[in-house]
Formats: sequence, C-alpha cells, structure tokens
Amino acid sequence: MARFLFRGARLVDPASGHDAVTDVLVEDETVEAIGHDLDRRGTELIDAEGLVLAPGFVDLHTHLREPGREDAETVETGSRAAALGGYTALCAMPNTDPVADTAAVILEVQNLADKTGLVDVHPAAAITRGLEGERMTEIGELAELGVRLFTDDHECVQSAQVMRMALEYARAYDVVIAQHAQEATLSEGWQMHEGYWSATLGLRGVPAEAEAVVVARDILLAGRTRGRLHVTHTSAGLSVLLIRQARGRGLRVTADVTPHHLTFIDQDLQGYDTNLRVNPPFRSAEDRESLREGVRDGTLDAVATDHAPHGVEDKEVEFDQARPGTTGLETALGAALGALDGDVGLAVARMSAEPARILGLDEHGGPVAPGRPANLTVFDPTASWAVGERPFASKGRNSAFLGRTLRGRILHTMLRGRFTVRDGEATG
Amino acid sequence: MIKHLLSVTQLSPEDITRVLDTADSFREVGTRVIKKVPALRGRTVVNLFYENSTRTRISFEIAAKRLSADVINFSTGGSSVAKGESLKDTALTLEAMGADAIVIRHPSSGSPTTLSRWVGASVINAGDGTHEHPTQALLDLFTIREHFPAFEGLRVAIVGDVLHSRVARSNAHGLSRMGAEVTLVGPPTLIPPDAGAWGVEVSHDLDDVLPKLDVCYLLRVQRERQRQQYFPSVREYARLFGLDRRRVEALPDEALVMHPGPMNRGVEIASEVADLPRAVITDQVTNGIAVRMALLYLMLGGTGPSGQEVA
Repeated sequence: MARFLFRGARLVDPASGHDAVTDVLVEDETVEAIGHDLDRRGTELIDAEGLVLAPGFVDLHTHLREPGREDAETVETGSRAAALGGYTALCAMPNTDPVADTAAVILEVQNLADKTGLVDVHPAAAITRGLEGERMTEIGELAELGVRLFTDDHECVQSAQVMRMALEYARAYDVVIAQHAQEATLSEGWQMHEGYWSATLGLRGVPAEAEAVVVARDILLAGRTRGRLHVTHTSAGLSVLLIRQARGRGLRVTADVTPHHLTFIDQDLQGYDTNLRVNPPFRSAEDRESLREGVRDGTLDAVATDHAPHGVEDKEVEFDQARPGTTGLETALGAALGALDGDVGLAVARMSAEPARILGLDEHGGPVAPGRPANLTVFDPTASWAVGERPFASKGRNSAFLGRTLRGRILHTMLRGRFTVRDGEATG
Repeated sequence: MIKHLLSVTQLSPEDITRVLDTADSFREVGTRVIKKVPALRGRTVVNLFYENSTRTRISFEIAAKRLSADVINFSTGGSSVAKGESLKDTALTLEAMGADAIVIRHPSSGSPTTLSRWVGASVINAGDGTHEHPTQALLDLFTIREHFPAFEGLRVAIVGDVLHSRVARSNAHGLSRMGAEVTLVGPPTLIPPDAGAWGVEVSHDLDDVLPKLDVCYLLRVQRERQRQQYFPSVREYARLFGLDRRRVEALPDEALVMHPGPMNRGVEIASEVADLPRAVITDQVTNGIAVRMALLYLMLGGTGPSGQEVA
C-alpha cells in the first residue's frame, strides 16, 4: 500500500473553492485525507511548503501526431511532455493520418496511450469524414466509445448546413462540437494577422473577421439547434464579444484560448521567426487584452495548449512555407501565469476544473477530496526557468517561448496515485 | 555601415546620404573606357535568385564585377521547394564556399532576414515577396537627387498596387526618412488599411494629386489582381490610375515620372508617356549599378574609386 503525504502545500482546488495551506494524504489511487495533523504512519513525506497542489491539468487541444507523423511526435513522447506540464488528461486532435474519423483510429490512439500510461488520453474524433467538411462521421458510435469532443481542427467546417446538422445530431449524445473558426475565402493564403504589421512585413494578412464571422454563424446555429458548441483557440477580441453575448443568452457555448495567444501579438513577427507562425495567427495588442479579459471573466472557459509539434525541417524554412504551430504542453503553466499576472487560482481553474467540465471527465479537474482519484499536480508558482535550457520531452523543438524566461515550474504530477513526474523528472 | 541590408528601415538619413554620395563617385566609373576598380578584388559575391529577375541580377552582377569581385550566379526558376534543397542547406553550402556577400531575391517575404541568421556573409535583399526592395529605393532616391536639390518637402506619389509592392514599401520608408512627403494612390483594395502609420498620405484620386507633385512614381499592376477581385477590370484601372497623355499634362513642368520596370505600357503608363524626357526610367536602370556598387563597397569594405580605404 503506497501512502504519500504532501505536507504544507497550498491546495488550490477551484471545484471545491478550496485555497489554503494544508496537508494532502494519498493512498493507492485516491486522495485519502486533507487537513492538518494527518496520520503519518507508513507514509512517504513530500515537502510541499511554498508549493501549489492542484488537480492535474486537462488539455482540450493536443496534437499527438500519431498515427502518421511519428517523426514529429508520438503518443508516448506527447504523453511525457503532458505529464511534465502538469497534465493528467488531454484531448488528442483527430487530424492524424489516417484521420481519427472511425472507431479503429480512436481505439489505436487509446491503446497507445494506455500502454504509455503517463496521461489519460481522450481522442477527439473528426466532425466530418476525412476532415473534408461534407459528410458527418458516425458520431453516435464514436460517442459510445467514449469520444467527448468532435472537431475538424485545423480545418473549419465551412458549410453552415453541415455544422447545423452536426450540432443538432450530437445533442443526443451530449458531446461537444468544437470549431476552428476560420472562413475560407477571407483566409486564403494568409500568413499573419491583417493589420499594420502585415502591411509592413509584406505578409499576407487574415482579418480577425475571418474568425468572428464563423463564430457568429456557429453561435446562431447553436441557438437554433440547442447543440453544444466549443470555440477553440479563440484569437480575436470580436469573437470574445460574440461568445460573451451568447453566454448571456444562455446558449451552450464554451471556448478556449492558448497560452501563446495570451502572450504574443502580431508585432512579435518582426524577425520572421517561424516558431511564431501559428494558426490562428497572433493578433493585435487589443485582441490580446480582450482574450485576457475573457479568461478573467470566464467567457473563455479554458486555457488549452494547441500543442503542435513539428519537425525541424518544417520550421527552418522561409516564413510562408513554415507549418503553423508551436509546442505548448511543457510551457503552458508558466506562460499562462505570465499572461494572467501570476493568478494561480485563475490559471488552475482554466487549465483543470473548466476543461474537465467541458469534456465531462469526472475523474479529473477536482474536487480534490477524500475518496477522489489522486490526479494531481504540484508546482512552484514562482520558480523561473529559461525555455530551452533543458531538452523538451516533446519531439517538437518549435516552441514560441524559446529563449524566454517563464515563472512556474511543475515538480510533481500524479495520475491515480502514481507519480508520472517526480521532482521535475518523468518517471516513465 | 550595416552588416546586412534587409530593409530600408535599418538605414538612417545619414546612412542613405552616404550610400548616395558614394554612388556619385562610382557613377563616374561607369563612364570610363575601362569600367573597373580593384575595390573588392578577391571577394566573392553570390547572386542567389529564387525568382526570375534578369534586370536586377544583371545590375548586381555588373556592380560586383566593376568592383573586381568574383561573382557567382545561383539561380533557380521555381520556388526553393520545387528545387528540392532547402534555403538553409543552400545557405550553408554558400557559407562553406566562402561567400562574402549573398544577394538574395526570393518570393517569400522575410527570407533575407531568415538567411542572415544562418550565414556569416553579408546579406543584401534584392527583393523579398511583398516586403521590400531596398536597393531599388536607394537607386530611386539617387535618381531623384539628380534632379532636385533636396528631399525635404519634395512631393512624391506612389501610384498603384501598393499592397503587393515591395518597391512601394521601400520607397515609402526611404522617401519619408529623407523628408519627402509621400502620398500612396490607388483603389482602397490595393492600399493596406494601416498604411497611414508609415507616415504617408493616402489618396484614391490621382487627378487630385497630380498638380502638386514633384515625382509621380508608378507601380507595375499585375493582371492577376483583377481575377482576385482587387479591381473590376484592367480597363477601369487604367482609366482611373493610369498615367496617360492627358494626365501627364496636369503634372508641374519639372515633375519626374518614374517606374521600377518592367512596365505594362497602356495599363499603369501610356506608351507615349514612358518615352517622354521627364520619364527617367532608363536613368533608374543606369543608376542602379552605381548604387549597388556603393552598397557592396560600403558593406564589404575595400578600396574606393580613387584607392582610398573605406572609413
């Protein structure tokens, strides 16, 4: 029987509203007790003074690249990166090769994840077969398999009719339809956000409206169908306004934003750094402020990484030929804390409790309470580290944060009572 | 002097004046029977051209040869992707071969900046995508200076497809840096919405602007922009923004007509206008050599036209 006592931790648990220094006793797979003066007999003491203990993070948006691009990432390397980032669960994106649009691919990813055992992987499935935007996948069968979220990321479902049908059909299974909002004709050949900097750098711009028109349309369709819409990696202030208004009308609309969109703006592309080429693009300083405000007031429920590892040969190229995306699992906490003025409670809510709620994952996101699965992370919210100073566990080297100093470092991650990360090192 | 020339925005007014002054003395070299000085003897200049541009490549080639540098032309018709070797591998190859300067023309904006991170050689941007074409702006400034005593207060219109024009960007930056008053003229779809932040004026009415100009600078308009819905027809474009015989008469007597070439005669410029004495388009070409000589000389160091060392 394994017993661990985390001593003197600041337990930040948005699901129960707990935020105070306490001890947490874990026995086997579950949290056994919380409080002071707990029975220490037979326990291994873990000093957590000055550290935060929180429910393990849940990522709504991870590209594990397997099957198909195992050179860029595998379920195993991505899982390890996730654990090192404090994650105990993640939602793997379906734009693999083959596309995760059938039970077979979903089961393959799940099997690979179970074998690795470092993080609970919940594969998302495509909304349409082959991400072609035309024919719905077998949403019912996939939902029965446990798929909670459907998305055609990095394609946007362009047809209003297909989107309407998906939202309506999926309602029967209470699953989420997540959209990468980007209108195709406004975004043809885009290289960055349209504005002063796209004009000056000579890079083809995509206006914020390319995202917002799809968000507006999808919100209208969610209202019509009473389906569950999720707007992923929101980048534009206009989208935040639309989502806030939809929520005010009681629609079932949720949204996430990435740590990098909370950090960078279009101006940062001045050096044509391909690690800063992401999809959707970094937008204006005003957009970034709207995103931060959206995170603070809850319009943006979750902070999700859009972890997108790429091979070096796909990034060490001309700017317009670089594949869009940055890695994110290992930098998410520090980046989020940096963008949110070090507000630990807010970061934990947006990275753990809220995404777990959106995915309907009962085991994750807290509450941290006796009898609950011990899915936890322990971090030092003030420790600084330079990104790149030690190798990434992800195969991707393409971090937008390379060379930056982040504050907030994961020390331990625990999945059902077993350390997946201990003292900053992955255990498997 | 700067190590790489990637954008006109790197240059101070003093830098620009120094390049133009140096070009003045090199221009004389081009009039000699033996058009060659030993300034860059033993140095290697590579012309790395990912886009066909015979005129710019030849201009750089002549400039380097007149400075006695060894010149290697490395051209590829299509994109680097089509060619198979990455820009990085090509850069490392040129580096290993001991290039002192790499002159790069590339369809992707920012590739000279990217290249400069990979090589020790000086990188000169000879046109990158829709970003900049700094040597074009410098030769245009040189040409304007031949006709006007100062840039301060000079009124210049840049007319046409500013959105897709690297020449427009470099000239807008260069001219406003030197104190000229720049107006960008074209349909709203071809002027970036935020262009005013470059410190220039924007107009959609050429006829309104013409009578006040010292220089009317016309940009090449590509016919494919019509297909992309930037304007309804070439006919309408020519009618509203083409410099024809009637419009040229609205210009003040001393005003110059300029064009970076190659021209679409009958679209942005009428054939008879292109052949007027005030159209200094061939002077621009001639001056390109002297300006590029000056740049190579200043950036690579060496001995000057009369044998003096670079300061």
